[in-house]
Amino acid sequence: MPETILETRSLSRSFGGLRAVAGVSLAFETGVVHAVLGPNGAGKTTLINLLSGDLPPSEGTILFKGRDITRLAVHERVALGFGRSYQKTNIFPELTCLDNCWLGAQARLPGWLHLMRPARRYPAVRDRAERALVLCGLDHRADAVAGTLSHGEMRQLEIGMMLATEPELLLLDEPLAGMGVEESRRVIDLLKRLRADHTLILIEHDMDAVFSIAGRITVMVNGAELETGTPDRIRASAAVREAYLGEEHAA
Amino acid sequence: MQTPKPVLPLLFALICVGIALFPLVGDSFYIRLVAKIVVLAILAMSLDLLVGYTGLISLGHAAFSGTAGYVAAALINKAGVTALLPLLGASLAASGAAALVVGWISVRTSGIYFIMITLALGQMLFFFFHDVAFWGGADGVNLTTKPALAVGEATLLDLSVRMEFYYTALACLVAVYLLLSMILNAPFGQVLRGIRINEGRTRALGHDVQRYKLACFVIAGLIAGLAGFLEVVRGGFISPAHVNWHESAMALIVVILGGMGTLVGPVVGAFALVLLEDYVADLTDHWKLVIGLFVIAVVLFLPDGLVGPLKSGKCRFPRLRQRPKESVRDA
Repeated sequence: MPETILETRSLSRSFGGLRAVAGVSLAFETGVVHAVLGPNGAGKTTLINLLSGDLPPSEGTILFKGRDITRLAVHERVALGFGRSYQKTNIFPELTCLDNCWLGAQARLPGWLHLMRPARRYPAVRDRAERALVLCGLDHRADAVAGTLSHGEMRQLEIGMMLATEPELLLLDEPLAGMGVEESRRVIDLLKRLRADHTLILIEHDMDAVFSIAGRITVMVNGAELETGTPDRIRASAAVREAYLGEEHAA
Repeated sequence: MQTPKPVLPLLFALICVGIALFPLVGDSFYIRLVAKIVVLAILAMSLDLLVGYTGLISLGHAAFSGTAGYVAAALINKAGVTALLPLLGASLAASGAAALVVGWISVRTSGIYFIMITLALGQMLFFFFHDVAFWGGADGVNLTTKPALAVGEATLLDLSVRMEFYYTALACLVAVYLLLSMILNAPFGQVLRGIRINEGRTRALGHDVQRYKLACFVIAGLIAGLAGFLEVVRGGFISPAHVNWHESAMALIVVILGGMGTLVGPVVGAFALVLLEDYVADLTDHWKLVIGLFVIAVVLFLPDGLVGPLKSGKCRFPRLRQRPKESVRDA
């Protein structure tokens, strides 16, 4: 019986009259890459925001390893092992790549009021930050100012910053957005390496990528879960094809 | 980590040496003026921690310096306390407590709302000191005596002696600079910088930004309290004007004028503003107009403040930075 790391129960979020996420109950299994698909406006990013704590839900509960975390703030979830990357690149453009990751690596320091010792004299933090840079493939750009990176490199940094907090559960919101073929391939390779010892929850539009990485797929339409299953089952599903894949292929 | 900018610490060291040697050549009027500048610089430096390093624009900072000044004055005049350390301790405790309460409420907001709420809460403290008779009313109060540091019979430090005050204030300026440099280089300062650049992402990386902002606010309030304590001792006088938002705005202008996020900028800004005031006020009745034009010119031509051109490394205004030389002349 696979272990459930994260579970949502009747999770909903409304914006005014719009129910962006409407009663979603999903179980995410430890060590499985779980992709969430759906047409634009299906509520995928809202779902990620609810899971990460960036948005409070209107209704429903979220359980992490059986513990109710619905009310926990973003930083408290990071402390539990959550990491997230953003669809729209969200970095510190004035800082170097290393400093970008540094801030994430620092979140693992016990306590918070570190006022005396210079930050550079925390070797454990530096190691974590450098490890994250190596993982995301930017170690050769450690001293480059993040705002001067290419789009693809910024996307890599986005993932690197998340990895610097040493998360166990990764919430990835379109990690391949706007990437070239070569860059995408690198990131897909990275995700494949990460799935060995992380749980990934992934939103992605690149179908080939999703079907090559994901162990389970949920298709969302209009804020609700349409179908969840293995990639083969999703590929074979008539409902999914009608709601989503068919449209996409026709287009 | 933060790119080292050796020019700015060097500038600070030079200014401090200059201040230390100035009494050898300056007359007593200018020695008093420099003491005033040093105290203002400490206040502005503490505000720079909020404005320049954390991106929290407070318009109520004088509330904390003023609170410390009033508590010191009341203890001296009403309770007869003259021992330096208890006076300073009580003043700092009062400003720290005020900053804790104001900060606890304010850090929940950001941007324009943060400005407005710090202004509003600061003005509440203004009216508290203005309206409650205990504090001496609208005209303020004179100190009956000044604090001194004594061990047994021997007086180690007597702040009523002008030169002793002068060097005490200078020592405080150096200490505050070193303290803030240390904090800003430590992991705490890295998070503050993260909050300034991208608060949401800092939170998403696992930092409780609310808590950091509150701690930063209290630290700034405590240092402002030190400045307020020195100010009341220096002038021998405190009035509600010391708590008013004009004073907060003045500190903010000093920070912007000198250069936000540099620590040494507020010192340069304090010198520029006070010396210019002193010079122009002799020339014309419309000196405030001249000061205003000066501030506008600096903001337009030196968006990074007077020390901006010295700042090496990163800069957000590369186009304007191409012409710092001519702007210095203009200014």
